[in-house]
Amino acid sequence: MAELPAARATGEVLLGVESISLSFGGVRALSAVSFDVRKGEIRAIIGPNGAGKSSMLNCINGFYKPQEGTITYKGRAVHHMRPHDAAKEGIARTFQNIALFRGMSTLDNIMTGRLLKMRTNFLFDAVHLGRAAREEIRHREFAERIIDFLEIQAIRKTPVGRLPYGLQKRVELGRALAAEPELLLLDEPMAGMNVEEKEDMSRFILDANEEFGITVALIEHDMGVVMDISDRIVVLDYGRKIADGTPDDVRTDRAVIDAYLGVSHE
Amino acid sequence: MAELQQGTPQGARPGSPGLDTFPKLLIHHARLRPERPAVREKDFGIWQSWSWAEALAQVRAIACGLAAAGLKRGDKLAVVGDNRPHLYWSMVAAQALGAVPVPIYQDANAGEMQFVLEHAEVRFAVAEDQEQVDKLLEAMERLKGLERIIYDDPRGLRNYKQPALMSLASLEEAGGTFDAAHPAFFMDEIGKGKGSDVASFYYTSGTTGQPKGVMLSFDNLILTAESAAELEGLNDRDLALAYLPMAWVGDNVFSVAQAYCTGFCIACPESGATVMQDLREIGPTYFFAPPRIWENILTGVMIRIEDAGALKRAMFKTFMDHARRVGTRILIGEPVALMDRLLYWFGGLLVYGPLKNTLGMSRIRLAYTAGEAIGPDIFTFYRSLGVNIKQLYGSTEASVFVTIQPNGEIWPETVGRPVAGVELKITEGGEVMFKSPGVFVEYYKNPEATAAAKTPDGWMHTGDAGYIDEHGHLKIIDRAADVGRLSNGTLFAPKYLENKLKFFPYIKEAVAFGHGRDHAAAFISIDMGAVGNWAERRGLAYSSYSELADKPEVYELIKGNVEAVNRDLARDPVLAGSQIKRYLVLRKELDADDGELTRTRKVRRRFIGEKYATLVEALYSGKTECELEIQMKFEDGRTGTVRAVIRIADAETFAGAGARELGEPAALKKAS
Repeated sequence: MAELPAARATGEVLLGVESISLSFGGVRALSAVSFDVRKGEIRAIIGPNGAGKSSMLNCINGFYKPQEGTITYKGRAVHHMRPHDAAKEGIARTFQNIALFRGMSTLDNIMTGRLLKMRTNFLFDAVHLGRAAREEIRHREFAERIIDFLEIQAIRKTPVGRLPYGLQKRVELGRALAAEPELLLLDEPMAGMNVEEKEDMSRFILDANEEFGITVALIEHDMGVVMDISDRIVVLDYGRKIADGTPDDVRTDRAVIDAYLGVSHE
Repeated sequence: MAELQQGTPQGARPGSPGLDTFPKLLIHHARLRPERPAVREKDFGIWQSWSWAEALAQVRAIACGLAAAGLKRGDKLAVVGDNRPHLYWSMVAAQALGAVPVPIYQDANAGEMQFVLEHAEVRFAVAEDQEQVDKLLEAMERLKGLERIIYDDPRGLRNYKQPALMSLASLEEAGGTFDAAHPAFFMDEIGKGKGSDVASFYYTSGTTGQPKGVMLSFDNLILTAESAAELEGLNDRDLALAYLPMAWVGDNVFSVAQAYCTGFCIACPESGATVMQDLREIGPTYFFAPPRIWENILTGVMIRIEDAGALKRAMFKTFMDHARRVGTRILIGEPVALMDRLLYWFGGLLVYGPLKNTLGMSRIRLAYTAGEAIGPDIFTFYRSLGVNIKQLYGSTEASVFVTIQPNGEIWPETVGRPVAGVELKITEGGEVMFKSPGVFVEYYKNPEATAAAKTPDGWMHTGDAGYIDEHGHLKIIDRAADVGRLSNGTLFAPKYLENKLKFFPYIKEAVAFGHGRDHAAAFISIDMGAVGNWAERRGLAYSSYSELADKPEVYELIKGNVEAVNRDLARDPVLAGSQIKRYLVLRKELDADDGELTRTRKVRRRFIGEKYATLVEALYSGKTECELEIQMKFEDGRTGTVRAVIRIADAETFAGAGARELGEPAALKKAS
């Protein structure tokens, strides 16, 4: 990898999270968490198991409805954004447990990411003439750019279910990128990968951020990777925010070290 | 044959004064066949193509750009990357200016690159992408002379601020401006080139010592490529897949020299991983592959057939048996009984045709293999399908072609007759020597090596031991330096044994030992794909290569192969004494990153013998197992130690009595 991306946490706020609280029955998953994601940065959310990282991501793209707090996206406050609204607004995501169409090819999976961009109606699509055909060619072209970008030409026509885990993760990233998102939410993009696959994935995330200017918010366990690619990091523990700052700030933060090394909580 | 040659140009022949360099040939084709495709490349899922006229325009822009950036006659331009049209054009563009392209293997690490860049005094480099740029930048920090790095694919390079970096697109743009200001420059520079100029450097991987820079002139490359193309009737309707490393002279001869001589089109695959799919889509008519690739394709076919249904398996077996009987004879036009012909035609409909189509070999009318011996079974398999695969013998120092098997004279154990213009002789020591228009100029900055390789009157030492057989064909047995003797005086040709072992699908690599010892012994490295499949079908559980290699069942499987080789050797009066008495199965694959193979995947026997000295000693002691600790380089560059206990097994050897009955073959008498 070349030089680290310069800290670019100077852009305007794309996504603001203010005092979000979420509980499932008696379990408090998140309590009064606030942070923001600025345009063009790579923002990481880290924390030990059960810290509330995935819940946070699910609140952002509308999977969960937080009981308290507000989320502002592009300057507008949204109390509850439903998943399809989030997608329309330019938020795409990948999942911790891969959620692809296993029987479909890599190409078709990526094409599904273009669905929201398709403008023709059912009738045109059924006869596949004129507008529909032209539009498919356009979308296919975009899908091919992503295939080229992610270097998955060799598996273009392979059913996703037959691919190894690391490649499925890459296809999932491809589908998210196909939606041309402004904000990309990645839920443990490198879980279960070997060192080489992690390096590849880090490079794709960095490149997507640089080449397409996509803002990235990611959850990741691997501290090494997070420190390498993120501009700013927010650390959660037991549903609370315990630190927020640049990789260097977070690395030396007492609360973070305690959380990761498991000091008893009084 | 007549209709196949309809496209060949009339008048001037490549190599004649007007057409004695690649840039001149390019202009020739851009005039003669401006609309015909020169290069295709699969990009964004579609085969894009450039005509000869467009190729010329690209070369012109790059050449002018390079000139504007300061590249001068006699400078060196390194080219690193996969087979990309722009990289090929960069090479020809450098040649247009009288600069010398130096292609570098794309999988070389920064240290290996640094050696070549330094040795060749490279000033400019053209790199395919970020990966190559990173390595060049790393090498650049430690060496003087490299001034500029030009990259083709800008992806990931946005934040690189090094002043030496420049994109190929901006270079071409600057070239356009330069061209507008100096319209006569490009043609004038090309006019200054002549056939005796050095066309490019090829660094040989070398089994020992540092790589040597082989300097080949335009005459070397063009005359050799042209006489081989003429022999085979290649013409501008042909299509070749350009997928071999650009730093290997063969790729330059097949993808540039012969294409520029005859005007055929080359197709660049989408990526290294898609070569087989691209092969199938593009359906080349002319194809070169080293034996390893032919073997991999065949192994792939056999694995899929074994997994197929009973009906398909039966069809495959019936028709392949038939093809083996008559296919090769039909291919060379020998008389074959009508019934057999009909059955072969029918087999073509049901089996051979669909199979060739799946492999992308439907249109192949000329295929070569070289570099290593190819297994007779593998060779016959393709020929019986109707794929005209032939062996050739050559080297970087010969601009590839020395001998080629002529159509109709194909024997799996020989490499054919000398190509037009090539003279062959065998020294008293049994070494093959040749003289040809393709013999290289010299090794760059290495007169001692040049003098050792080539006599003052132009005879080239090949270092290979061989002889001319009764058909006038050359047969190679081993490297002359490697042919040794057992302690009882029996001739020991390690490569000959290794090749015989490797012809079994379960054995990927073998390393034979025996010089100065009382018997021959071997290391075996299994083929993970074939043995893995074999194990799965038998319900043998394994979790890694190492565990699979250690299975007693696998040892038995390999033992069968070793003994089959011994049985074969027993029939040979000269080599019967060098049967393999003991063997072991290695617990890791031999790897170029660990220095055990060359970059062209040849076994480095001496290095392996030293690295695994304890194992070699164990082979010659009575031990049944041996503990070993070795350094291993992981793919991410880290090193670690691996400890393993490796078992050593005995193989049965056979009495040579049978040999007497068969009589001593005339061929081997000459060899000894």
